[in-house]
Amino acid sequence: MNNNRHILSLLLENEAGALSRVAGLFSARAYNIESLTVAPTEDPTMSRMTIVTSGSEDVIEQITKQLNKLIEVVKVFDLNEGRHIERELMLVKVRAEGKDREEIKRTADIFRGRIIDVTDRIYTIELTGTHDKLDAFLEALGSTQILETVRTGASGIGRGEWILRV
Amino acid sequence: MQLSGAEITLRCLAEEGVDYIFGYPGGAVLYIYDAIFNQDKVKHILVRHEQAAVHAADGYARASGRPGVALVTSGPGVTNAVTGIATAFLDSIPMVIISGQVPTRAIGLDAFQEVDTVGITRPCVKHNFLVKDVAELATTIKKAFYVATTGRPGPVLVDIPKDVSQQLAEYDYPKSVSMRSYNPVLKGHAGQIKKAVQMLLEAKRPMIYAGGGVILGDASPLLTKLVRTLGYPCTNTLMGLGCYPASDPQFVGMLGMHGTYEANLSMQNCDVLLAVGARFDDRVIGNPEHFFQAGRRIIHIDIDPSSISKRVKVDVPIVGNITDVLEEMLRQLAAHEAKPDAPALAAWWKQIDEWRGRDCLRYDRSNTEIIKPQSVIEQLWRVTDGDAYITSDVGQHQMWAAQYYKFDKPRRWINSGGLGTMGFGLPSAMGVQFAFPDDTVACVTGEASIQMCIQELSTCKQYHLPIKIINLNNRYLGMVRQWQELQHGNRHSESYMEALPDFVKLAESYGHVGFRIDRPQDIEPAMREAFALKDRTVFMDFQTDQSENVFPMVPGGKGLTEMLLGSEDL
Ligand SMILES: Cc1ncc(C[n+]2csc(CCOP(=O)(O)OP(=O)(O)O)c2C)c(N)n1
Repeated sequence: MNNNRHILSLLLENEAGALSRVAGLFSARAYNIESLTVAPTEDPTMSRMTIVTSGSEDVIEQITKQLNKLIEVVKVFDLNEGRHIERELMLVKVRAEGKDREEIKRTADIFRGRIIDVTDRIYTIELTGTHDKLDAFLEALGSTQILETVRTGASGIGRGEWILRV
Repeated sequence: MQLSGAEITLRCLAEEGVDYIFGYPGGAVLYIYDAIFNQDKVKHILVRHEQAAVHAADGYARASGRPGVALVTSGPGVTNAVTGIATAFLDSIPMVIISGQVPTRAIGLDAFQEVDTVGITRPCVKHNFLVKDVAELATTIKKAFYVATTGRPGPVLVDIPKDVSQQLAEYDYPKSVSMRSYNPVLKGHAGQIKKAVQMLLEAKRPMIYAGGGVILGDASPLLTKLVRTLGYPCTNTLMGLGCYPASDPQFVGMLGMHGTYEANLSMQNCDVLLAVGARFDDRVIGNPEHFFQAGRRIIHIDIDPSSISKRVKVDVPIVGNITDVLEEMLRQLAAHEAKPDAPALAAWWKQIDEWRGRDCLRYDRSNTEIIKPQSVIEQLWRVTDGDAYITSDVGQHQMWAAQYYKFDKPRRWINSGGLGTMGFGLPSAMGVQFAFPDDTVACVTGEASIQMCIQELSTCKQYHLPIKIINLNNRYLGMVRQWQELQHGNRHSESYMEALPDFVKLAESYGHVGFRIDRPQDIEPAMREAFALKDRTVFMDFQTDQSENVFPMVPGGKGLTEMLLGSEDL
């Protein structure tokens, strides 16, 4: 089966319980969920959620329909249906000692990462990009000892005039 | 006007035209019960178990088409209600459940009789609400009725903390509500309907497959008109029985696991299939791969987009209110210059009649020694002139009722098709009887199922409900035994029930009339006597053939045409 990765964008009522309805739907129907992010929008009564999932076209169609059926969900868009931008934020804490310090800094620069916290033995790097770019950065760190990573999961938005609102 | 949350609740129910609520009191709903005491618009029916309250509200809704209402207390009240709520959810029954909750300040502190009601019920309701502010109570109840009864219907729960039911607020019941996140679709797409009509007229071997959605959408007259206009064969799902008259020659019987030979073969071999308010579930089409092997074009009408192309890919999806869609279809058909292909149709009917000739529902009717369960249902149909409300429990008796009671009208066949809940039969019959006090209501059950809500015999006594209970007593968990015989080497693991009660005495101890019937020739006289007792609950305990099985049967995982027609196929 072609298990394509899809980014779904949702507008939903900013109400207690809306998140658990979405999360419950995914577990109850055994849909994949790679990441989920949610926060209020400029209109505080509404939240915007980005869900990264994967499945065959049929499964994705069902996921979209089932999400639409949830009473608190206002709109669902499959960003894969058009041109879109995806960003994820990652914080990485690495062991940075001796000659490694220069090398790590250079790698971070190449990926347009920023070192946002420093001790004599540690760097904490902030990096934004697509899922793939963040993965690539972790690979590029090579033998560097990664102490901790935190990732937000992807947020997505359509390009240009493709606007998701009510 | 300032009213308490409890008073507001009752006012809202009255405003919605609710005549009965089925409930059971407890600490968290005491203010609401006090408000019930102080008014006379809404009548409260005291059941004996919360599961029964919800089933009764459910039966009321299925028979009348109006939303059922149940009221339960927090904690165990809610957990007892969950089976009933899930039963209604799987069959898309419009219902509002009001539950008490611990006071808002105690929520989350593991208070006495606290459970996360919204969390526990979330997967088995259409929607639920926790009301934290009495000022929002009236609007929330309005929304609950709106959501429960529109679109694809379903149960909606409103959880009311005790302090909210006590606090005062200005009462103002909204005339209507709109929710930006909830806009059920109504009209079907005219272009899609046009394609569907074209496809239907091109069919050589057409088939119309109608389900519970037709009943929920009150579209039986339109469906009947469509089927007759086209002259095509029609089958019903278990949930759809009665949406097309069973005594009509165009009806080929129920389809699916225990469907007729002719219905299943027509379903498999048709070239154009019109599915109306049905969802191709596993009990209906059997193994989906086997179903796909025969190519056919499919038109699917449903109000819920997620029901379409879920298990079976369709060619023409039509999302919309069934009544609107069928009306438009009939209009377009009338205006169309083409007519159904008469020679092809004649050949198709000839084929179907050959399949019919197998007489797949035949059984040993001449037996004078032992009661055949099928004959009890056939007698029931005769004695009630085919015009009773029949509720059922779950098991073999349910399938026999579905196969042998010819339902000619919608909303007469009340059963738990989706969840398959044993215990549903008696309490749902109570709800039906409240909705139609002057009509005949019978509950077809088995000795195992009836014991799951037997306590409701007491409710029947309190409210003088003249329900007739038809117990097909085979001393077995019959449907379980049947599967064990077919798929588990005939090992009867825990499917025999020892120590059954004397149901006649049991009925009598509750203040009812009880009959035990052992011989085939006594079936009819006993029934006539029972149904003549217009004001009494009568428990009829039929001692039936212990070894009888339900046929035809499509064994689990098999294709629709891989049917066992009788014990000789085993
Ligand atoms: C609450 C519940 N528990 C278990 C089952 C599984 N089950 C389905 S049919 C059946 C046997 C029913 O026996 P009975 O009521 O005597 O009916 P019969 O099949 O003998 O007609 C059982 C246990 C169920 N459907 N519901």
